[in-house]
Amino acid sequence: MVDRVDSAGEWTQSSRFPDEVLERVLALIDSHKDRSSVSLVCKDWYNAERWSRRHVFIGNCYSVSPEIVAARFPRIRSVTLKGKPRFSDFNLVPEDWGADVQPWLSAFSTAYPFLEELRLKRMAVSDESLEFLATKFHGFKALSLLSCDGFSTDGLKAIATHCKKLTELDIQENGIDDLGGHWLSCFPESLTSLEILNFASLNSEVSFDALEKLVARCKSLRVLKVNRNISLDQLQKLLSHCPQLTELGTGTFMQELISGPVAEFKNMFSNCRNLITLSGLWDATPFYLPVIYPACASLTFLNLSYATLRSDELANLLSHCKTLRRLWLLDTVGDKGLEAVGSCCPLLEELRVFPADPFDQEILLGVTESGFVSVSRGCPKLRYVLYFCRQMTNAAVATIARNCPDFTHFRLCIMNPGQPDYLTKEPMDEAFGAIVKTCTKLQRLAISGLLTDRTFEYIGKYAKNLETLSVAFAGSSDLGMEYVLQGCQKLRKLEIRDCPFGNAALLSGLTKYESMRSLWMSACNVTMNACRVLAKERPRLNVEVMRDEEGGDDSQAHKVYVYRTVAGPRRDAPPFVLTL
Amino acid sequence: MSPPLLDVEGDGQGNVSLMTSASSMESIFQKNAGLTERNYLGLSDCSSVDSSAVSGISDVKRNNLNLKATELRLGLPGSQSPERDPDADLASSESLDEKPLFPLLPSKDGICSGSQKIFVSGNKRGFSDTIDEGKWMFGSSGTDSDTSNVNVKISPGAQPAMIKDATSKVAPQEKTHATFGTNLNKVNASNPPAAKAQVVGWPPVRSFRKNILATNSKTNDEVDGKPGPGALFVKVSMDGAPYLRKVDLRSYTTYQQLSSALEKMFSCFTLGQCGSQGAPGRESLSESKLRDLLHGSEYVLTYEDKDGDWMLVGDVPWDMFIGSCKRLKIMKGSDAIGLAPRAMEKSKNRN
Repeated sequence: MVDRVDSAGEWTQSSRFPDEVLERVLALIDSHKDRSSVSLVCKDWYNAERWSRRHVFIGNCYSVSPEIVAARFPRIRSVTLKGKPRFSDFNLVPEDWGADVQPWLSAFSTAYPFLEELRLKRMAVSDESLEFLATKFHGFKALSLLSCDGFSTDGLKAIATHCKKLTELDIQENGIDDLGGHWLSCFPESLTSLEILNFASLNSEVSFDALEKLVARCKSLRVLKVNRNISLDQLQKLLSHCPQLTELGTGTFMQELISGPVAEFKNMFSNCRNLITLSGLWDATPFYLPVIYPACASLTFLNLSYATLRSDELANLLSHCKTLRRLWLLDTVGDKGLEAVGSCCPLLEELRVFPADPFDQEILLGVTESGFVSVSRGCPKLRYVLYFCRQMTNAAVATIARNCPDFTHFRLCIMNPGQPDYLTKEPMDEAFGAIVKTCTKLQRLAISGLLTDRTFEYIGKYAKNLETLSVAFAGSSDLGMEYVLQGCQKLRKLEIRDCPFGNAALLSGLTKYESMRSLWMSACNVTMNACRVLAKERPRLNVEVMRDEEGGDDSQAHKVYVYRTVAGPRRDAPPFVLTL
Repeated sequence: MSPPLLDVEGDGQGNVSLMTSASSMESIFQKNAGLTERNYLGLSDCSSVDSSAVSGISDVKRNNLNLKATELRLGLPGSQSPERDPDADLASSESLDEKPLFPLLPSKDGICSGSQKIFVSGNKRGFSDTIDEGKWMFGSSGTDSDTSNVNVKISPGAQPAMIKDATSKVAPQEKTHATFGTNLNKVNASNPPAAKAQVVGWPPVRSFRKNILATNSKTNDEVDGKPGPGALFVKVSMDGAPYLRKVDLRSYTTYQQLSSALEKMFSCFTLGQCGSQGAPGRESLSESKLRDLLHGSEYVLTYEDKDGDWMLVGDVPWDMFIGSCKRLKIMKGSDAIGLAPRAMEKSKNRN
């Protein structure tokens, strides 16, 4: 298409695509994976691609340096950046580990002064960085922070105050220092461009007056997710200003006077014809839930993971939600609630069931294998499941796999580490064996329960499309990890904790790790020497060990994080991180 | 009064249990078989001082570990059970996630409402035991032969000691254990039975999801069970209910309000019924029937106070009640036999 080789074996100039046209064409390609492929075709395509790229996705902020990115892609408007290893969400990574966004912002302020969007996940973000972002990038529009930490609501003040063209402020589940809700009042009267506002995870009360005025003047607002402090009648007022919303996160769904009339709120949703996503619903009770029924018919995503609903309450609600594709629940709904899911939501593609009280070990129920089976019977299109339970059987999972062969993401968490099939007392090997054998499209797998090396043998043999694997308290020997490293060709992320995998296992992946984004191993059987060997053999990997205390040469390596990089060893590693 | 024999919930007494061999347990049972109201804990004149000291330690530990120790005090009256060193054990358990191999593996049972029973009989004398429920696993079930320090069994196994008539029920216990064995997870042979301590970062739930169950007022960050100017959340459990709820005691000012709220909250649960696998019973009971039952003789509202004693709700002034109430339980009237006399005795002792 681009060039033709003539009979003399030389490129013919005349048939070459003009760069501008090529760039135009390539500009239509969004997926960063496709773009990576494009850039490998030839030098012209590499150049056209890099000039036409507007969005760069960096899955591991240490795999590349800001300078390298800036040098390669001169015209970036949007950056997605991910930092810490995923297990940092569960307190396995000490604070001050790194992933500071500031070096990136500093580089971007010169390279991309017209940067418009920044999406950060598991990055360390300070208030100073947020202020820097707000003041140095004049056209800045969209900020999304997920699972980040290190900042406070003061940083949000800076964003609200200075970003005159802000379209998106999306604050989710961060380790944020909530100093109060004043930040919201910092949006100037002149700001009318907001399209997405999500402050659901913030605790402090904002000024309702400021919020109402903001919502009223931002006519393009389509996503609004408020926090728990917003009451039902306040929500009603807000909705009257923005019936065009497509995504809504409510505040508390309970009034103090339970005997108050529901009729007041009956019409709250009647004008919201475009609503496809609903979340929030804190404290929702059967008394007020019916208020949302008018909006349910068009919903495709319902997030009830903050609402402690019981099975009957859920069943009543779901009978109105026939078009749901994604559903998030708390396990308070029980197996009976899941039966209702199976019978009401035939189009369901994603189900997440979170434990209401995960750390309270006396609560011995929630949902079981039978709830999962019920859903699988009624929802054959399921492709994404995250399921926390306290008991499971191999037979149930086999049934589920048969019912739903299209799983792409299967994350099963049996909350008791190393728990066997509670009926047969056998390991859960056959369960995951069934999944990987039947669900050939599987990309992501999280395993749990009592598992021997046999599970990993199955995974290595059958899970040919697997990209992400999470393992905890599983396996019997090095063989387990070796099976996976040998068999899973497309593996990109492997995270392991508390498994008996040792040096042989680690080193069996010597040639594989460069084709992966990262490997995490904690509380396994790996020693420092093995890590040193790996680091020496593979200079293009960063082999980082997190040490709790000083040990001898061949002491245990408690937390090992290995990732490929073109940026060399980290220069900002804290003292407890040793790069070998 | 004496500290609780069994603190399955771990909401205060994080003491390490001492699992002795089955035979010595049984002999002790026999000795104590006839005792009903007596403190057979061995910490003989176990005063409130003792128990509060115990509570003190474990409160600290609770935050660290939430160790649900089944505290099996098997000493004869006058003797102190050894292994009362929660610090060492809990502290070492805390760092277990750093150990490379096989971290804590609780011997967990997969039963549900049976656990509610655990709680009940865990609490001492005066209760007709709930052994009949069949969720009990005697120490001789085979998993307790190890004497690891932090051998904590959440499963009812540790509890039978507390129960009067224990010996007479030993045999049926074994049978019922077998019957309900399917509901109990045996300890994985390749993993050492370990304390059911909190493992860092497990289950893999992000911290913002931790406290969703609490109903909350707008301005308070709810704090689990700690008294303070803000909300005061206590857990409410009910025989036969598949999971606990939490209430904020400070949102009520009278017993009547609390009682009404609880009625509403638990009206959906069939009282006292639970399937063998812990599936919720039929939710067929109306509110009014529940109220009748609550006010009738079938169910009573009880609470565990700071000393770990179980008292009937309503005996003391409201303010005193919320100051000392740590958790609530709606239990069968038959299980609450003996509570009232003790409550009166206790308030006499206090006054």
